[in-house]
Amino acid sequence: MAERGARARRLPRAGTLIRFAAFAVLVLFLAMPESFAPVFAPLTTNGAPAIYDRAPLIDLTLAHLGTVAVASLAATVVAVGLAVGVTRPAGADFLPLSRSIVNIGQTFPPVAVLALAVPLFGFGERPTLFALFLYGLLPIFENTLTGLTRLPPAVLDAADGMGMTARQRLLKVELPLALPVILEGVKISTVIGLSTATIGSTVAAKGLGEVIIAGLLSGNMAFVVQGGLVVATLAVLLYDSLGALERRVARRTGRRTG
Amino acid sequence: MIELIGLTKRYGDAAVVDDVSFTVPARTMTVIVGTSGSGKSTLIRMINRLVEPTSGTVRIDGRDTATVPVHELRRAIGYAIQNHGLFPHRTVAQNIATVPVLLGWDAKRIAARVETLLDLFQLDPKDFAGRYPHELSGGQQQRIGVARALAAEPNILLMDEPFGALDPVIRAKAQEDLKAIQKRLGTTIILVTHDMEEAILLGDRIAVMDGGRLVQHGTPADLLTHPATDFVETLIGTGDRPFRLLSLEAVESAVEPGAADGPAISAGRTQRDALAELIWTGRDALPVTDADGRPLGRVTLAGLIARGGRPS
Repeated sequence: MAERGARARRLPRAGTLIRFAAFAVLVLFLAMPESFAPVFAPLTTNGAPAIYDRAPLIDLTLAHLGTVAVASLAATVVAVGLAVGVTRPAGADFLPLSRSIVNIGQTFPPVAVLALAVPLFGFGERPTLFALFLYGLLPIFENTLTGLTRLPPAVLDAADGMGMTARQRLLKVELPLALPVILEGVKISTVIGLSTATIGSTVAAKGLGEVIIAGLLSGNMAFVVQGGLVVATLAVLLYDSLGALERRVARRTGRRTG
Repeated sequence: MIELIGLTKRYGDAAVVDDVSFTVPARTMTVIVGTSGSGKSTLIRMINRLVEPTSGTVRIDGRDTATVPVHELRRAIGYAIQNHGLFPHRTVAQNIATVPVLLGWDAKRIAARVETLLDLFQLDPKDFAGRYPHELSGGQQQRIGVARALAAEPNILLMDEPFGALDPVIRAKAQEDLKAIQKRLGTTIILVTHDMEEAILLGDRIAVMDGGRLVQHGTPADLLTHPATDFVETLIGTGDRPFRLLSLEAVESAVEPGAADGPAISAGRTQRDALAELIWTGRDALPVTDADGRPLGRVTLAGLIARGGRPS
């Protein structure tokens, strides 16, 4: 037992180290991108700039993260709310309808949603937020549904038998026990949102997509690569941190995921 | 006192529980025995209204349970189930405190109660209070499940196959503990099981269910000596009947005057134990002593054999 614990503690240490290194490099790059110019210079031609210079990269990164955070938060609130609603006895009839709505959100490609949203919301952040929100609903909804419907029957029976009201049972037993599975849905949704948000720049939302698209338009590989790398690094770091949070919660509930 | 009056539960046309009536006197233990599908679980679940009866009434101390708000009713009745149903995300102490918290007890009273219960179940509060259920053995989880059911000092405890998931050794210990705790606290207990041996061991009264109907209700001795139907007789198992009958009575009531050689048996043991001892050691009689070791007389092989026979 002690041996296994020691090994489990040693293993993540290497991974943690790599993650910290990646995070440090990312921060360094965003703080002073110019000092990385020699790295990207070989990717440019005809003396084009090696580092994107039309807006500070740090601003674009923060705007990108902000958009994803707002969209994911909204998707989480709505999807968890829907899933809780349709797992109550009174809401069970709405399960098929909710599933269809959420599935439609996932079926439409975000690009199409963006195109359709622009006439409604105009150019800028809002169509992107809307597209990300719709796209993010499904994983959270399905995971919350799974989490809430696969709870151990004996535990629910005990909760009822102890005299918990429906609300107490939901807040004190069902949601805490389903939390690891819900968090997994939020993780998937957020990471997908992070990469999908890059296309928001096609409708003038501020974000890292701007760098990639500028690179594609001007044939500057350096822009494409640096924009892509920042998004990819953010995605990996976010995935890992949310995964770590999920495991921590799962351990507290005495369950193992995966 | 719990009165079940004409309790019936139908799902569609099928009656899962069909017109069951019996009374459970206060401070006694009644065991409901039946095979799976006999309606025994549905019956016990109608007492705390986890299942609403189609018709019939449950009265607790004269009060119709249908008139009590369902959450209040359940908080006043202890409930322990097979696989314990402990909340995996809460510590042992938090699990035990579930109903007291729902009832709004103050923190000090809850902490004291948790400690008392852990002591009662022979689990060191310092060691166990902070553990999570998955850090406990099966027997410990079961004990915490019963401790949780007793936390708010209920007068009534419902137990649905509480020992079903335990291995035989731990199960025997859990049964002994339950008997001792019932005597000590005076709780009225209704316990559901499919195991007639458990019913005879624990029950002051036994209710036998078959196909949704109550086929017999009486003391263990009633059932053993006058089984109402072939089904009850099958459940009891004719091969063990004399031994089970002997297991119901203490050696004390079989004492005859006189002396015997060899090691003595305590008057508090069962007559079954005495018979086993006689056969095993090849004697015709055993000296009997009371709790303080004073000789009371003897039990004889012939006397015990007579007691284990069919009453006329």
